[in-house]
Amino acid sequence: MITGSKAGTKTVALIGTDAIAEAMRQINPDVVAAYPITPQTAIVETYSQMVADGLVKTNMIAVESEHSAMSAAIGAAASGARVMTATSAQGLGLMWEMLYIASGLRLPIIMPNVNRALSAPINIHCDHGDSMGARDSGWIQLFSENAQESYDNTIQAIRIAENPAVLLPVMVLLDGFIISHSIDRVELLDDEVVSHFVGEFKPAYSLLNARNPVSVGNFDGLYGYYFEFKRQQEEALLNSFRVINEVGEEFGKISGRPYRFFETIGMEDAEFAIIVLGSAAGTVRQQVEDMRAKGIPIGMIKLRVFRPFPARELAEAISRMKAVAVFDRSSTFAGNMGGPVFIELRSALYDLQKRPLLVNYVYGLGGRDLSVDLVNKAAAELAEVACSGQVKQPVNYLGLRE
Amino acid sequence: MTWDIKDIQKWGWRQHPLGGVIKDPGNSCQFKTGGWRTFRPVRDEEKCNQCLICYVFCPDSAILARDGKITGIDYDFCKGCGICAAECPKDAIQMIDETMAKKDNAGKFR
Repeated sequence: MITGSKAGTKTVALIGTDAIAEAMRQINPDVVAAYPITPQTAIVETYSQMVADGLVKTNMIAVESEHSAMSAAIGAAASGARVMTATSAQGLGLMWEMLYIASGLRLPIIMPNVNRALSAPINIHCDHGDSMGARDSGWIQLFSENAQESYDNTIQAIRIAENPAVLLPVMVLLDGFIISHSIDRVELLDDEVVSHFVGEFKPAYSLLNARNPVSVGNFDGLYGYYFEFKRQQEEALLNSFRVINEVGEEFGKISGRPYRFFETIGMEDAEFAIIVLGSAAGTVRQQVEDMRAKGIPIGMIKLRVFRPFPARELAEAISRMKAVAVFDRSSTFAGNMGGPVFIELRSALYDLQKRPLLVNYVYGLGGRDLSVDLVNKAAAELAEVACSGQVKQPVNYLGLRE
Repeated sequence: MTWDIKDIQKWGWRQHPLGGVIKDPGNSCQFKTGGWRTFRPVRDEEKCNQCLICYVFCPDSAILARDGKITGIDYDFCKGCGICAAECPKDAIQMIDETMAKKDNAGKFR
């Protein structure tokens, strides 16, 4: 253990799941309800040990399924507690109906989801199909490139979710095994600093407040106000744009690592660019930097915030490009429409007078490795699109055995 | 202060409390559920022996009683489940088609 670059921080070697567990220990939530599933298991395992060792005052609920985990989290959050849980793939699938209830009831539950491919066939490795399926569930979604960002996002998630203008649940996403089970360099903040940063949770309503009794989870009546409540949720998501940036900036002041919707490399003078999210950003960045060193005008955007989708900012960032390649670690099965990031980015560009050509690379499904060679292949094709001004094939599979 | 939901049907989306919370107790009486009814119970005063079994069984407290006597049926809250008619030992409660009852200008089924 060595002292970090900023006073009060220490640099440690941790696997991604332990980095999350450390963040949880420092946040010290009132309630954690969780069920183990590979590759999330290590988070819950490590955290259970912390609870058993008395390092936190969390009430840990060991439930019998993920459906129950999210149900218990919802009940606890409605009673005014700060609540966390964690899951992966099939577990997220089993939570499905409860995801919408958590967001619909406006409960700021924080959930790291260790991205893993959904069955069938059974596969325990990384892709983003699980959380991408939940993109319309009303949760905020923050992607992480490495263990450090998983830790940082978890801490920021508390502040984003609990902001009175937001009050929405947040998913922190990290790639299964690539981040969750690989040892990484992580700078941990001082316990006090995190505790002060997250502050105390002041719920909007609480079932346990006998002086102001409320009823939660009611039938909306046969007259129906469902439509109005959904509009409120959309407003909260819109508000979260501002809050995510404010929290990211404030986090920068305590850590030296400010956060925004996305990170850019070389976009000022690039002619074409790659957009990527999650751990693959590391591989892509290396290639982009190598190519730039050779004078190739390539740039890169690493997307961190997928929900809400920063459409305006992304469109602005790529509007001058000749061509952009979108890397998607999941497919939509919409009939050759490409992955979710591609579809949404295309929609974001529609209103622009001048817009770049767009190509999609679906890669890494079920944990298929994204090698440097594959990134090079896509980059070369992208350069060709930029030069010729023509897209031969909008949706491509990178690393698929033909 | 009691939560005034008189005009709730006219409220815009900004007016509703967060997440569908009912933020004040004791206002269910303002939410009339009688409109859910397809059949309405009608009591025959002649046959009724005032045993109050319907009063006990009604899940919505829609049988009105005073001083040990049935005084009527609260159609603002009766959902027309028919339990009162099924439980009545004297067959003094009949279930009448709600549309017919509404058309009944003579007031026979009230």
